[in-house]
Amino acid sequence: MSASLFVVQLFNGLQLGILLFLVAAGLTLVFGVMDFINLAHGVQYMLGAYLAVMAYGITGTFFLSVLLALLASLLFGLLLELLVFRHLYGRDHLEQVLATFGIIMLLNQGVKLLWGAAPLNMPIPDLLSGSVPLLEGLRYPVYRFAIIAAGVLVAAGLYLFVTSTRLGMLVRAGATNAAMVSALGVDIKRLFTVVFGFGAMLAGFAGVMVAPILSVEPGMGDQILILAFVVIVIGGIGSIRGAFLAAVLVGVIDTLGRSFMTDVLRLVLAPTTARVIGPALASMSIYLLMAIVLAIRPAGLFPAKGRA
Amino acid sequence: MPGAMRGIPAAAPSAPRAPSFDQCLAASLFALLALLPLLSHGIASSYSLLVGERAVIFAIAALSLELLIGAGGLVSFGHAAFLGIGAYAAGIAASHGLGTLCLALPAALAASAVFALATGAIAVRTRGVYFIMITLAFAQMAFFIATSLAPYGGDDGLTWPTRTMVLGRPILKDQLTFFYVCLALLVATYLGVSRLIASRFGRVLRGLKDNETRMQAIGFTPYLYRLTAYVIAGTLCGLAGFLLGNQAEFVSPAYMHWQRSGELIIMVLLGGTGTLYGPMLGALAFLLLEEALSRLTEHWKVILGPALVLTALFASGGIAGAIAACRRRRAAPRVPVTLPRLVHHLLDAGLEPARSWRRAIRRRLLRPAHLFKRGAHRARAACEPATLALGRGLQALPSLAERGLKTSVERWWRR
Amino acid sequence: MKRAVLKLDALSKSFGALRVAEAIGLEILAGETHAIIGPNGAGKTSLINQISGALAPDKGRIVFEGRDVTWMSMAARAHLGFARSFQITQVLRHFSALENVALAVQARSGSSFRFWQAAAGEAALNRAAMRSLDSVELAARADTPAGSLSHGEKRRLEIAIALAQAPKLLLLDEPMAGAGIEETQRLVATLKSLKGRYTIVLVEHDMQAVFALADRISVLVAGRIIASGEPQAVRANAAVRAAYLGEAT
Repeated sequence: MSASLFVVQLFNGLQLGILLFLVAAGLTLVFGVMDFINLAHGVQYMLGAYLAVMAYGITGTFFLSVLLALLASLLFGLLLELLVFRHLYGRDHLEQVLATFGIIMLLNQGVKLLWGAAPLNMPIPDLLSGSVPLLEGLRYPVYRFAIIAAGVLVAAGLYLFVTSTRLGMLVRAGATNAAMVSALGVDIKRLFTVVFGFGAMLAGFAGVMVAPILSVEPGMGDQILILAFVVIVIGGIGSIRGAFLAAVLVGVIDTLGRSFMTDVLRLVLAPTTARVIGPALASMSIYLLMAIVLAIRPAGLFPAKGRA
Repeated sequence: MPGAMRGIPAAAPSAPRAPSFDQCLAASLFALLALLPLLSHGIASSYSLLVGERAVIFAIAALSLELLIGAGGLVSFGHAAFLGIGAYAAGIAASHGLGTLCLALPAALAASAVFALATGAIAVRTRGVYFIMITLAFAQMAFFIATSLAPYGGDDGLTWPTRTMVLGRPILKDQLTFFYVCLALLVATYLGVSRLIASRFGRVLRGLKDNETRMQAIGFTPYLYRLTAYVIAGTLCGLAGFLLGNQAEFVSPAYMHWQRSGELIIMVLLGGTGTLYGPMLGALAFLLLEEALSRLTEHWKVILGPALVLTALFASGGIAGAIAACRRRRAAPRVPVTLPRLVHHLLDAGLEPARSWRRAIRRRLLRPAHLFKRGAHRARAACEPATLALGRGLQALPSLAERGLKTSVERWWRR
Repeated sequence: MKRAVLKLDALSKSFGALRVAEAIGLEILAGETHAIIGPNGAGKTSLINQISGALAPDKGRIVFEGRDVTWMSMAARAHLGFARSFQITQVLRHFSALENVALAVQARSGSSFRFWQAAAGEAALNRAAMRSLDSVELAARADTPAGSLSHGEKRRLEIAIALAQAPKLLLLDEPMAGAGIEETQRLVATLKSLKGRYTIVLVEHDMQAVFALADRISVLVAGRIIASGEPQAVRANAAVRAAYLGEAT
């Protein structure tokens, strides 16, 4: 366990956290404003990655494909909302689970049909390739820095949007009490569509950004979905601030845990036991975190819904 | 209509009542399943028996989940953990040579009950989506623990040396016997759960789902009842896991994967919560669909996925809901279903989005017309004083003329 | 001198800057019908919530028959003899009226951890439930799902449920709310029949009903009790007139 490895993993954890935030932000807004459990959010992330790869195949340039993939993600999200999700607002959560589970099935298999089951890849653009020195003799890839930077920018933009614009105020109000917002005369349907489209675009953006560094394959959205749900439960449903904090926390703890849990355990347990328990405990660490947070604050860290 | 569950005996007289429709349906399902080995002959018979076994086992699991979802209002997204725990307990016992019924079965049930008690004690404190997430989290923990069980196969899973021995003899090895044992356990589970839901305990559980505040005001503490229901449901699912492991003679962490938990929820929803025969039918339907579709194409999920979406949108009561709707329609005065009416109905439903688009477009197109009308109104208002003056002038004309005539007559007269 | 069944001792509760209860001290005597009146937003429902256990007070004590119940849960208080009706009707909508009341009877007759016998067939529970429904004239609607009952019937069902608990203290939170004239008269008649037999705390806006039913009245304004006593004394109290009844009586 060296300091340089620790720093690298810390940054990796930060990067994972930022990605998780992008996915979780849409999820928490959709759940907070529309009371809609969107299990299909993970496949929107996956679709973003696939669309980026496809766009790259067509255009050949990174930034253009990012733009195209973003637009396509947004359109696809809006299409899903129009066709399926719009009719499920206000319905029992179970029906929403059923429908979104079906969408997961459809899209996971659909991408397998269209692009095959083999993992795809996309090269890192020259502008963002290479690595920069972090510490003494320690280099960190530029692209991962770019992801962190982009994510933080988006987070800042989202925060500004939600706190300083009228539409953002409506979104926050909707997350606190959607019925009241509708009763005050706001076109709640359009608000829902905007929120949903935004969430889809954020998830797609996250997928687009990981396309160069992760293997793009069917089912890549599933694990992210679970992590995103853990994030929004810890952060508090409907709260962007909570999602950001929780995402960074979860990303860092998960990454550091996976790298160092075995070593940490070896300090107190026999090496063989540590090697057995270590990976399991590392994978469980974020769930333990969630259980602890829920035990202390049953509504998460920053719940949006007040006493209403 | 007592409670929200059909098939529950109403405020009953002392004489034994005739079985309700739901109970008859369940009984016919059991009869059909009992005849399955006889109905299927030849080479296909052993395979259809395997499918039947899995269907029956998952029906037991679905019933246990229905106890939580339908009666308790607790949506557990980690129920598959009990399948895995039951199977692993029996499998581990078997791999140590302790695979006898009096050891493996109690081990499976006890392990499930302990896990349910430990995790339920924390989970039942939460409600709604938090409950869903916490049960999911606990199932993931169980999943990861299983993957780390290196001596028992870890990720690859554990192959059982043999099925559980009964009294020292491999009775369960015989496919037919095993099938009927599973079926008998399914019938027992159905009877047990149905009596449980109709009992005092079940009524309190259903009441807590309906209105927790009212139940607390009467004097019921939700926590203990829900925890008990969770432990019972977990143990029943552990039984299903025991059978599942025996059937495959194999267990792996995949039994506890969260997607498996999702599939259990789908089975319950597909069949329809609120009844007991619904989840059983749902398990059967899901597995049969899986089998049938996977023969059609390797990409059968592309068909099943949209089917689930359509079910959620249009038939959210599941199979049981559809059957109940049919019965209500038959009881209601008949409106003959003619082809034009059917087409009209479908068009109506299908064209709704188009209609709302049409309205929106018309509103936008008609805006110029509205503006024109408004302009015309304004113009008219502006001209009003002038027209009023003109009118008054015209009105005054005859009197003016009269006066002029009079004056001229007078002048002429005075001359 | 009647003994005090319920004693509220300096009960205080605030939601942030909003003080819904400020050092409320009250004594409810056995067998009396004690009305609590006050303008909207005075904190009447919060007071009932604190007494019944739905809301925990910040300061103060609630003593019931000599026992400190301040930190007991709603369910535990129900077992001690508290029964309440809610301002916004809380009935089990998918259960029949009979089953609603039978559950209340079930709560006080033995353990509910019975897993085999069908509860709906327990004759003793059903008989007691029917008696309770009879007393509020709902016997004819016993098998109707509670969600399908009219508003007035639901209010009466709530009273039936409360009576079925054989309570020592009956907390009625605006039982006449939203009821028409005929329904109100029926409810007043029902409550009159309960006078003397039960200790009742009645929160109400309907002044006719209050003066017809109450033995003593307490007036709650902005979280404080500004007057408490016989109805005539309260009527004559200048502070009450100014705050609530207005100059015309």
